[in-house]
Amino acid sequence: MNFDWEFIVESLPLYGDAMWLTVKLAFWGTLFSLVLGLLFSVVLHYKLPVISGVIVAYVELSRNTPLLVQLFFLYYGLPKIGIHMSEVACAIVGLTFLGGSYMTEAFRSGIEAVSKSQVESGLSIGLSKVQLARYVILPQAYAISIPSLGANAIFLLKETSIVGAIALMDLMNVAKDLIGMHYKTAESLTLLVVSYLILILPLSIVLSWVERKVRYAEFGD
Amino acid sequence: MGDSRELLLEIKNLQKSYGDRKVLEGIDLRVRKGEVIVILGPSGCGKSTFLRCLNGLESVQGGEIQYLGRNLAEDQVDWREIRQHIGMVFQNYDLFPHMTVIDNILLGPLKVQKRDKTEALQQAEQLLDRVGLLDRKDAYPRQLSGGQKQRIAIVRALCMNPDIILFDEVTASLDPEMVREVLDVIQELANQGMTMIIVTHEMGFAKSVGDFIVFMDQGKICEIRAAAQFFTRPETERAQHFLDIFQYEKL
Repeated sequence: MNFDWEFIVESLPLYGDAMWLTVKLAFWGTLFSLVLGLLFSVVLHYKLPVISGVIVAYVELSRNTPLLVQLFFLYYGLPKIGIHMSEVACAIVGLTFLGGSYMTEAFRSGIEAVSKSQVESGLSIGLSKVQLARYVILPQAYAISIPSLGANAIFLLKETSIVGAIALMDLMNVAKDLIGMHYKTAESLTLLVVSYLILILPLSIVLSWVERKVRYAEFGD
Repeated sequence: MGDSRELLLEIKNLQKSYGDRKVLEGIDLRVRKGEVIVILGPSGCGKSTFLRCLNGLESVQGGEIQYLGRNLAEDQVDWREIRQHIGMVFQNYDLFPHMTVIDNILLGPLKVQKRDKTEALQQAEQLLDRVGLLDRKDAYPRQLSGGQKQRIAIVRALCMNPDIILFDEVTASLDPEMVREVLDVIQELANQGMTMIIVTHEMGFAKSVGDFIVFMDQGKICEIRAAAQFFTRPETERAQHFLDIFQYEKL
């Protein structure tokens, strides 16, 4: 098979722009998901009335519907009731809606993994509930959560590949466009795969390094 | 016993149950300042549960725990305040794994008691020195042996300047060669007049450290006797039987 190298070189700027968009969406989506997860997991752990119920409902809705459907709802549904957002805003809100529930669950399982005896040990020196959370439970919970948080970040980055459905020129959409216009299927798809690898491989490596570092710092194994 | 020492704790008819299952059935005990009380008894007799009730880690269903004019068996007890005076050391040390030794020790004095940092640090270092671990103050718990961790846990409780310390089977998870170093620390505390309630299975230690032995079985106190007498002439048959088992294990 003959690769059209000229075509590849000419397409690079398009892929570059799309990569930048993908990074932007994934970054903000992950960041906001983390914030939601931090807040919601604490609310769930302390079983705050009413608001816990709302969060449980949100987690179920978010995890049991496809991102594509969520994006359509945001992009085509909300304007009908007068809420308009740009494509980029829609994509970030959509990713946050999806990722928030996964991050909530990741943090929550970390909190629950902190042993009961650690809690009692903290209580026995007179710590209040808030102090117990701040000094004993949460620092350990976050260290335990890091592997799942990393996995979620990578998951969200991959999920950006469907934002083309709301007219954003992300990597996937650029590849589809080029195939449609020039029939350079092999070249376009190869570039697509390589682009994702360039983004995700270093992220994976950095995350597993962070995982090891934090685990060691916290627990020494 | 006609003792003139100040009465610190008076427990009357303490009741504890999990659902229908009664764990403590009317415990009565008086603890005077400076006394070392050792609680013995077969597994599941309720001795650990009793200790945990005194620290508010278990709720109680009846009776009284009088401490400095307050009844700790009532619902409205500020356990945060009480726990600063009634310290506890656990079987599995339960140091905070993400903090250094010194941070473990200072968490309570600084965050709960809001004490001056230099003063608290000075006391912590003195206590560490006393248990022979001053050079490990910046180590993490993972870098310490079980015996070292347990000595740190004792220092952590001591640094709150409690009136009473509760010891819940503190040598039960230790390798045999490390039991001694922990028991020595507790023995020294006893010599200095610390008030302690100790649950243990170390008979020799119970005999040497305890002023009184409380023998429990099936959620009740069977007998309370001076340590020397308990081991030579226990009053009840159940206590005798219990001691026989340990005698047999020694053979």
